[in-house]
Amino acid sequence: MTSAATTADAIPRKGKVGSLARQNRWALRGSYAALSVFVVVFLVPPFYMIMTSLKSSAEISAQKGNPWIAHDPTLENFVYLATNAQFQRYFFNSVWVTALVVILSMTIAILAAFSLSRMGFKGSQVISTGVFLTYLVPPSLLFIPLFQIVGNLGLINNTWVLVLLFPTLAVPFCTWIMIGYFSSIPRELDEAALIDGASYPQILLKIFIPVALPGIVAATIFAFTVGWGAFLYPLAYLYSADQAVLTVGIVRELIRGDVFAWGTIMAACVMAAAPPIIIYTFLMDYYVAGLTAGATKG
Amino acid sequence: MADGGTMVIGSSTATSPAPRRVGSLRKLGRRRTTTALLLCAPLILLILSLKIYPTFYAVFLSLLDRKMNEFVGLDNYIFLLSRPSFQLVIFQSCLFAITAVMLKALIGFVLAHLMHNIRGKNQRIWRGLLLVPWVIPLSLSTLTWWWLFDPSYSAFNWTLNWLGFESIPFLGTTWNARIAVIAVNTWFGAPFFMIMYLAALKSVPEQLYEAAAIDGATAWQKLIFITLPMMRNIILITVLYSLIVTFADFDIVRILTNGGPQDSTHLFATYAFTVGIQSGNIPRGASVSLFMFPILATLAFFVLRDVLKRNKEIST
Repeated sequence: MTSAATTADAIPRKGKVGSLARQNRWALRGSYAALSVFVVVFLVPPFYMIMTSLKSSAEISAQKGNPWIAHDPTLENFVYLATNAQFQRYFFNSVWVTALVVILSMTIAILAAFSLSRMGFKGSQVISTGVFLTYLVPPSLLFIPLFQIVGNLGLINNTWVLVLLFPTLAVPFCTWIMIGYFSSIPRELDEAALIDGASYPQILLKIFIPVALPGIVAATIFAFTVGWGAFLYPLAYLYSADQAVLTVGIVRELIRGDVFAWGTIMAACVMAAAPPIIIYTFLMDYYVAGLTAGATKG
Repeated sequence: MADGGTMVIGSSTATSPAPRRVGSLRKLGRRRTTTALLLCAPLILLILSLKIYPTFYAVFLSLLDRKMNEFVGLDNYIFLLSRPSFQLVIFQSCLFAITAVMLKALIGFVLAHLMHNIRGKNQRIWRGLLLVPWVIPLSLSTLTWWWLFDPSYSAFNWTLNWLGFESIPFLGTTWNARIAVIAVNTWFGAPFFMIMYLAALKSVPEQLYEAAAIDGATAWQKLIFITLPMMRNIILITVLYSLIVTFADFDIVRILTNGGPQDSTHLFATYAFTVGIQSGNIPRGASVSLFMFPILATLAFFVLRDVLKRNKEIST
């Protein structure tokens, strides 16, 4: 009797396991199929950007044939841009503005985050909350009063205005990330160092920065993204070509030329999009981890 | 003290260095606070001078007349509200933000689930591919979209013609242009939702699904009774945050349509730019921007409430 019951039990269970495995296999295949569709749709613009950048002006102005592929691929657009003084200027401006913005923002953010997460003083909680709130203030809310303010400072049409203003976009979120990472460092670590006679600068440099390195990478990438890609401030405050950075330079100056300069424009976009793509390719994991730190804990 | 007379000598020797010790501790504490404030000073200075001061300055500006000589009270706001073109801006901003965020959340949710089925190294590669829209600077990818939408020789219209359909003026009519800007924003923002939701999905304990499977729950029931409640908080925060960013969006509309056709796709930000910077009416431009403030403040309030609540849950 008992043996019959067990066999009766065993048979449907085995069938169930088999169907579950089959179900999972089909779910996996379905996921891949659906994701492929999404990837294709998502990558249409970058693909077309690259294809157009490989076309000569003659091919674009002919308006014949399949526009999705470059029939006669050429690098002439890239060569033209690489030797074009104006484009070099945009690129150079973007590089030094971004570098300064990253250094400035990270310095401010790390110092403040260290102080807010460890040296708890009266009002540190209020400041932390305030920092998060300012992160929610978008650039488009304040660009008009800032126009007046930077005008009074004599910084209109001066690339340095970006070094002054971009940190306002980067610092709040960088500080927020760093507070999260610093708070996760066990207090015993810095207490031990304090007892051993370490000063606060030593604790920050020798313990916090090395331990929170993943967070620093994430915050740095964020600051880089702001410095490299922001569009509204440079568009509003820089109007001459020699002061422009890549984003406005490409959108404003290159389009003015002849109508079929699209090959050049797209080549410029490819070159301007390359640095962020390269950085994200290698450091995406850190960035995603920093960004979703809150999401994974709950 | 409690030890009484036997320890008189001992306690007296102990009390004499004690004040100095307490004093130096207090001094240490004070120095610590000073250092802490000094370290925070750059941040506080930055936020006070370039975030908080401009906010009040914007309110002040919005109360002036065009030449910025005279106070006109709320005239700028009243004028704007009475203008049909600005009413259209309010409508379009709400339509744009709400539709785009809903689409982004939905697509992000679906993508996160699909990604969650794939484990290991493959997931990294697929995630990387899907994050490309979000990595390219928005102004540059919008430029590419513009070229894709181009009426004369666009890749989209060529494909339509090739398939035997008529060309579509993607940016030429009001509703086409509205759909186009929403589509571009969705394309750009959906990957962000995907990674947030994917992280949230990963944090749901596997045992819950196993228990549900033993109880015979269907996939749908697992979604409704386990996944959604567990992700509730992160879904809410992401949606609210994205609503703020999308409401305040500038790049896409500015490059793709510049508000056209007939000012029907202007958002607060692009309209403020046109009025304030291009036409040089700074006070009215400031008023346009400030119309965003109550909406953003309300959303920010809810984000903050959820984030603080969440922090408390994590810390306890």
